[in-house]
Amino acid sequence: MAQEVLPTKIPKAPRALKRRPKTWDSRMPWLTLLPSIVLLGVFVYGFIGWSGYVSLTNWNSFIPTLTWAGLKNYVTVLTSFRFQSDLRNIFYFTLLFIVGVLVVGLILALLIDQKIRAESLFRSIFIFPMAISFVVTGVIWSWLLNPTTGVNLILKAFGITGPQWFLSTRFVPPFHLGQINIGVPIALLAVVLAAVWQMSGFSMAVYLGGLRAIPDELKEAARMDGASAWRTFWSIIFPNLKGTTATIVVVEAAASLKVFGLIYAMTGAGQDFSTDMPNLNMFQTTFSGDAFAQGAAIAILILILMAAFTVPYVLSVLRGER
Amino acid sequence: MRVQRKVAMALTSVVAIGALSACGSTTTSTGNTPVASGPKQLQIFSWWTGVASSKALGSLVKVFNQKYPSIKVINEAVAGGAGSNAKAVLASRMEANNPPGTFQVHAGGGTLLSWINAGDMAPLNSLYQQQGWYHDFPKSLLNMLTVKGNIYAVPVDMQRSNVLWYNPTIFKKYNLTPPTTFSQFFADAKVLQSHNITPLAVANHGNWETTLLYSDVLLGTLGPTQYENLLTGKAGTSWTSPGVVEATKTFLKMMQYANTDYSALHWQQADQLVAQGHAAMNVMGDWAQGYFTTALHLTPGTGFGWAPTPGSQGTFAMVSDVFGLPSKLKHKTATLDFLKVLGSKAGQDTFNPLKGTFSPRLDANTSLYDAYSRSAMASFKKDKLVLVIGQGGANPGFTQAFENDMVTLLSSKNATAFTTAVASAAQSNPL
Repeated sequence: MAQEVLPTKIPKAPRALKRRPKTWDSRMPWLTLLPSIVLLGVFVYGFIGWSGYVSLTNWNSFIPTLTWAGLKNYVTVLTSFRFQSDLRNIFYFTLLFIVGVLVVGLILALLIDQKIRAESLFRSIFIFPMAISFVVTGVIWSWLLNPTTGVNLILKAFGITGPQWFLSTRFVPPFHLGQINIGVPIALLAVVLAAVWQMSGFSMAVYLGGLRAIPDELKEAARMDGASAWRTFWSIIFPNLKGTTATIVVVEAAASLKVFGLIYAMTGAGQDFSTDMPNLNMFQTTFSGDAFAQGAAIAILILILMAAFTVPYVLSVLRGER
Repeated sequence: MRVQRKVAMALTSVVAIGALSACGSTTTSTGNTPVASGPKQLQIFSWWTGVASSKALGSLVKVFNQKYPSIKVINEAVAGGAGSNAKAVLASRMEANNPPGTFQVHAGGGTLLSWINAGDMAPLNSLYQQQGWYHDFPKSLLNMLTVKGNIYAVPVDMQRSNVLWYNPTIFKKYNLTPPTTFSQFFADAKVLQSHNITPLAVANHGNWETTLLYSDVLLGTLGPTQYENLLTGKAGTSWTSPGVVEATKTFLKMMQYANTDYSALHWQQADQLVAQGHAAMNVMGDWAQGYFTTALHLTPGTGFGWAPTPGSQGTFAMVSDVFGLPSKLKHKTATLDFLKVLGSKAGQDTFNPLKGTFSPRLDANTSLYDAYSRSAMASFKKDKLVLVIGQGGANPGFTQAFENDMVTLLSSKNATAFTTAVASAAQSNPL
């Protein structure tokens, strides 16, 4: 606090800076930023605005009917069985996916951090799935987890009847809210498994960075005080990884809300829409059903969902910078 | 700290790889930067990227270039999603007033009708007149390409979608005959089940396969006239009528005799179950016969058998690829020249045997085809032609809603809730 007060004691210096005549030096940053600002403005924010506008029109065929429809498309989308299922799925998927990625990533990072031999080899192995496209992951895991041809054949050899994986129609716990069952769709767990396999390498790398940033002196001190490894982890290491965890959560949440290729290749919408996602719904509504306005409405709803995750993070980062 | 920087760098490169691969997938799906067809070049837009279909397209282009050597053909095929990716790319190009020279679309009240209604297609009446095509194709087929007296597209191939494929060895072993009615189907199914053979192989990974099966059950229940009236939204027809409910119940009963992992299977896998004798029957379009003969090396008649789906004898449920003339195209001559070759006997007789389809021309050379295709050609010439739900046969918005309702039906098994939902879909997406 005391440090922050200091600059206010010498207020003249910044003011003097401000009064300096405009030179190339002061304009240069803006000029270099200008192309990106224009491009972002048109191709990101402009198109978001256009999508928002389309979502309020009657453009639901190849004929661009840009007449005002109000919130009609939003009502259609939000009351549909499919979109409600999507909301349930994206909620559980994001939750389970992030927890999975955090836990697996942290365990891998802790194991690698034990000053093992061939560390870089293991690091590469664990991070390698990230280099694979989600579509490839989806196809491979749909073969692995096909109940009649995949790992269930191995289980069968041991006399175990394997689960139905992504074909399961069970919801746990079975609980109806309106027209949909809001239990966890068991089929979704198979998709989570594939997604965690692919993305936990990323969280491992971030956690590894976080672990290496913890000064050895802290761990040393804990050991001197007679703390067990378990205690050291929970009292020293884990609290120091808070920021790292927050970063992973935000990055993975954004990835999870955008999930498309994995679902498209692995399961499709699934039985009873148990593995459907808003993005897949948006794609099919727009380009199979030619309902452009409804598709745009779904897109805007996805944007709102994403913003709910990312805006608080961006705000906290900005606040931190000040 | 150095280690941290290393990790950070590794991370950045991983993120960059991710970004790159994302870009890669988008650029490959959109293909080359679209260039409007100039007077000396012609873009042909399709989803023919498979081995057989791209070979067939290549041979058609060869026939075209022999006649018109100065026109450079650019193949603008977009892979994936049984044409859904291509449709997305096409929609954005049409929207940007940058249509390809000509494009593949299915005949019927689906996408083709949408493009016609949007004013994006130019009529081809004079081309038909000039080429004498009004007499070369069945009248009922041309009716499906005609809106208010104007004809908008040229059909290049013909496929049948009400085919019941069966394993002849199994049928012979248990003294069964391919069912012609639904009660025969269920009688056969009981026998097969008692011998631990899955009576009906079903796939639904793409979420359109069960809709195709349903279409055929509906056709077999209602008969072609009522079925067609319903699919074209004729006044007085209703999706909640007792006939539709009955068809839905029959469909659900058939699904009880199907493999349980149908939503994980692609249609080829369902046909493989039949070919290998794990299942006895499968309902699929006759693109399945290309799979039986080329991928599984089976002989028509002995390796696999076929019959019209129960109750649909005398009707030919068709899926046909057609090409038209985009109205916003600046230079139309090259496209019209290509359509001339596409609709000609020489062009179609070259294209279809390679593609595994047959020519819809009445004077098509039957000796170029195998036993299955010859029998399909004979039916095509005398049967009543109808469309199906899906495969571009009906309003895309309706089809999408129908497929969504189908997902719910398969798990809820509630026939009346399904027909009510479909009726409301038909109301908001007029057929």
